[in-house]
Amino acid sequence: MDKYIKTPLLNINNLEAGDYVYITGVIYSARDAAHKRMYEALMSGEDLPFSIKDNIIYYMGPSPARKDQIIGSAGPTTASRMDKYTPRLLDMGLSGMIGKGTRGSEVIESMIKNKAVYFAATGGAGALLSKCIKESKVIAYDDLGTEAIHELYVENFPLIVAIDSKGKNLYELHAQIS
Amino acid sequence: MRNISIEEIISNIKDMCIEANYKLASDVDASIRDAYDKEISPLGKRVLGQLLDNLDIAENDLIPICQDTGMVIVFVAIGQEVHIEGGFLEEAINEGIRRGYQEGYLRKSIVSDPLIRNNTQDNTPGIIHYDIVPGNQLEITISPKGFGSENMSRIYMLKPSDEDQGIKKTVLETVKLAGPNACPPIVVGIGIGGSFEKCALLAKRALTRDISIRSDKPHIRKLEEELLSAINDMGIGPAGLGGRTTALGVNIETYPTHIAGLPVAVNIGCHVNRHVTRVI
Repeated sequence: MDKYIKTPLLNINNLEAGDYVYITGVIYSARDAAHKRMYEALMSGEDLPFSIKDNIIYYMGPSPARKDQIIGSAGPTTASRMDKYTPRLLDMGLSGMIGKGTRGSEVIESMIKNKAVYFAATGGAGALLSKCIKESKVIAYDDLGTEAIHELYVENFPLIVAIDSKGKNLYELHAQIS
Repeated sequence: MRNISIEEIISNIKDMCIEANYKLASDVDASIRDAYDKEISPLGKRVLGQLLDNLDIAENDLIPICQDTGMVIVFVAIGQEVHIEGGFLEEAINEGIRRGYQEGYLRKSIVSDPLIRNNTQDNTPGIIHYDIVPGNQLEITISPKGFGSENMSRIYMLKPSDEDQGIKKTVLETVKLAGPNACPPIVVGIGIGGSFEKCALLAKRALTRDISIRSDKPHIRKLEEELLSAINDMGIGPAGLGGRTTALGVNIETYPTHIAGLPVAVNIGCHVNRHVTRVI
């Protein structure tokens, strides 16, 4: 069923694996290098570069924008590479993640414990997805280039709930059917 | 002897990098359109519809098809009567990549050291494979390779007694492990035979072959057809969310091997399976 939701992500109990979701609001991009750096910052007692509570991280590193564009191609990257760093962020209140592909069991357990949702965006549809990004600015780790943390304002960003806050996993469900 | 200037090579490589990332090769494009018509899963059909819209937007609005514009794999077949003038061939190829990725607004995804991981900022170096062939021409194929699918590739050193059944088992196991991570519908490039490194190279080369063209060896053609059918029976589907369309094509390349071995390499390509060939 189609659901239209806004960030910050507050009512996630009504999101179920398999729902089509259109998100409007601010989300933050971070992929491999930014996760490593955030993790190291936390380990040395420093703050994260943005408020993570009730917010959504999009696993994405865009291609460069042309002069008349807000952002270049901007599709999801494989989420499981971020698994090592994710439970710590979930414990701090991260409530949504956007990526592609499966998650490890530690992440799913932490999602259930902390009430968080994992959304799948369509991999390899970066041109289409970029059209829903209305604002983009780098807010941290500028030296990482495409891997810097971007604050993005998205409108009706099309997603599917892949794993919900009860641990129901769309990838597993379909694997059982097939 | 025929002279080819490095400027001509640089300019061609640059244009090929840009072309590959904005307009999908016609064989893959046609295959996604065909899959959209045939897909029975509503969710799968919706994803394939997004992919078709994405291809239109990429071409019309000048946005790369995928943000992972890849590591550039280059196959160069150099006619032995060709003389390259004006500089060093390898530097020319990397200069073409550098210009293509800068002028084409393509993502720079290469780190200079696999552990220290500093971005080289210009997407070089490419991975370059040379063959010396008869003639006085230069044939260049480039394939910008995304790593979502590259990461899900595997190599197996099978035993001769494993035969074609063993090959099928390893390919299906690799595709299952790849699941949604490799951005299905995928293209499966398979190398069979040779040695450890030759086999991997055959698999990569197989990904650059037109997916509508089957092997000219009857037993390999049969294996390609059977594997494609078996993979699409797995139900992984577009984006790994279920459906009939898991692979768009299976291409196999073979090479003679040792009496003791049966190497099999499975290189997974995503649905943005980019490849461009030019002859200079």
